[in-house]
Amino acid sequence: MTLLIIEQLLNGLQFGLMLFLLAAGLTLVFGVMDVINLAHGSLYMIGAFLMAGIAALTGSFWMALPLALAATAGLAWLLEISLIKTLYRRDHLTQVLATFALILIANDVVRLIWGSQPLPLNAPEALAGPVELLPGLLYPAYRLLIIACGAGVAIALFLLINHTQLGMWLRAGASDREMAEILGVKVKPLFAVLFAFGGALCALAGALLGPLSSVQIGMGEHILIPAFVVVVIGGIGSIRGAFAGALLVGMADTLGRAFLPMVLREIFSASVASNLGPALASMLIYLLMALVLFFRPAGLFPARG
Amino acid sequence: MRFSFHAARIIAIASLAAAALNPAQAADKVRIGFISTLSGPASALGVDIRDGFNLALKTSGNKIGGLPAEIIIGDDAQKPETGKQLADKFMKSDKVDFLTGIVFTNIMLAAGPAVFENKTFYISANSGPSQYAGEQCNPFFFNTTWQNDNLHEAMGKYLADKGFRNVVIIAPNYPGGKDALAGFKRLYTSKIADEVYVTLNQLDFAAELAQIRATKPDAVYFFLPGGMGINFIKQYAGAGLNKSIPLFTSGFSADEDTIKAVGEAMVGMSNSTHWAADLDNAQNQKFVAGFQKEYGRYPSLYAAQGYDAAMLIDAAVRDVKGRIEDKDALRAALRKADFKSLRGDFRFNVNQFPIQHYYLRVVEKTPAGAIHNRTVGIILKDHRDAYAGACRMK
Repeated sequence: MTLLIIEQLLNGLQFGLMLFLLAAGLTLVFGVMDVINLAHGSLYMIGAFLMAGIAALTGSFWMALPLALAATAGLAWLLEISLIKTLYRRDHLTQVLATFALILIANDVVRLIWGSQPLPLNAPEALAGPVELLPGLLYPAYRLLIIACGAGVAIALFLLINHTQLGMWLRAGASDREMAEILGVKVKPLFAVLFAFGGALCALAGALLGPLSSVQIGMGEHILIPAFVVVVIGGIGSIRGAFAGALLVGMADTLGRAFLPMVLREIFSASVASNLGPALASMLIYLLMALVLFFRPAGLFPARG
Repeated sequence: MRFSFHAARIIAIASLAAAALNPAQAADKVRIGFISTLSGPASALGVDIRDGFNLALKTSGNKIGGLPAEIIIGDDAQKPETGKQLADKFMKSDKVDFLTGIVFTNIMLAAGPAVFENKTFYISANSGPSQYAGEQCNPFFFNTTWQNDNLHEAMGKYLADKGFRNVVIIAPNYPGGKDALAGFKRLYTSKIADEVYVTLNQLDFAAELAQIRATKPDAVYFFLPGGMGINFIKQYAGAGLNKSIPLFTSGFSADEDTIKAVGEAMVGMSNSTHWAADLDNAQNQKFVAGFQKEYGRYPSLYAAQGYDAAMLIDAAVRDVKGRIEDKDALRAALRKADFKSLRGDFRFNVNQFPIQHYYLRVVEKTPAGAIHNRTVGIILKDHRDAYAGACRMK
């Protein structure tokens, strides 16, 4: 039983760290640039497709990863200097409509280039098997890689935000954009870099999760809502909040999915319990969000005020 | 002027009435509506059924039963609403004579009622709901493949015969999944360690795999169509479970599309099927060679199903000499099923589902290094589905 709990905790950690990659970019864009970017999920999808496409061409997972990241970051940068920058002064509804249109466009462009069937993407051969963490506990090596990458990015982001000048500008911009502008922070190039960086994080999540899920059109929309929930729980504009929120949401969802059916099966039949379990577990993250907002309307670690 | 206008109207109405009352003439072409899942994680299935169907048409010079054929293809994107809308559109505005192609049972059950009410024949090239095999059997529903439980009944019997006593079974929580596990449990009579239902189109099974490891069964049986099965097999091997607990499945998750995506990790997997590429009859060998030549890949059982559905329609239309408006004659011709199936001889049960053998296959690596299924033996002979008794059709 303890081994089962440890394994499920690791699964929750893995899911949470991937959510963090998405939520970090989203919260910075929302917090510093005040733009609601629904197309964040599309950048995740494009990252995964580029990864699958380049990996198929080159035959190497490791060679494809940095290329896919760079390509998606470049695409995000182009998107920012052409379309997103027109949205800064607009209200949130306009931003939602514009970026929603981007989602639809991205889905159809991907269909035009790669067709409507999912692309195969496999984990590197060396990581296709398990690792014995504890006697009796075998855990997939690839998931350990994901955990390592997620943790590495979290540490790097923490250092970036708290110990560099760029991070200082970002924190200032998230805290009060107009004041930061008045005090001399160069807003235009900062925003472009920020958006591109968010795109790269999305691509990393998409490329890493591709072998575990399915590289298909519409994969971004699935993960977008939990990412927004994480941003809201953690506090808009706060990387620390995104980290805490992501781990909370990841754990709640995974542990809920794993143990709720077991608990419910004591009371109901197998079919009912297995239907109710995941449904209740996915409701859990929204209940969590409602609870957090009730006690802390600005999120757990708000960047503003 | 008013008088002649009035007269013109009467003449127009009269001629329309005459046209409507015109006795049925033989049709000049056969229209077939093909609805399938052509996008999303399970698209490989729909694409294969469509390619098999199209190959049959190509072989017959784009003719069905001697009449020119017109196929209209629609993608249901695995959504029941879309499948139903496509069926309605094909029947109402395209006026198709036959409908076919649906992969998923939940989409079949959504589209079915309107099709039967419209008295359009549905020839199923995949889904075989227990509902349509039993109490809700309908004269307009023909299934050329299997009833949903059948392939799983075969594996259930095989696992029971092999002495497995503590099995975990997994399927998605939708009518097809429920049918599958009901079928497995019917002929596997030992202990079920755990019956796990996952969400349809769930792709990450980390939580369920951890649960399996903790349960310690002596075998795992799964039904996870399309991309779900591919991910499950890959993650099962990734978690190291394939070394200690043997994995079994039906042919649905062990055919060419899955093999292509998973590779080596699948070698040695036993699975059940109603059709295999190495079945030894002339039309099957011709089909396998023809499919490889046309599409550059090995056919899966889904492709064979598409082909056989086309051949059934072809034989029936030929039998009624093109007079497909005569629904009673067409139905009788369909029930006769006088065509050479890729499985050999073919016959329907009273509920218009097949009576056929179910074989055991094993995934193997050929000396040349390719990975394909090899048929090992027969598990169930002349097997009938369990619901036919509840069907009141004659």
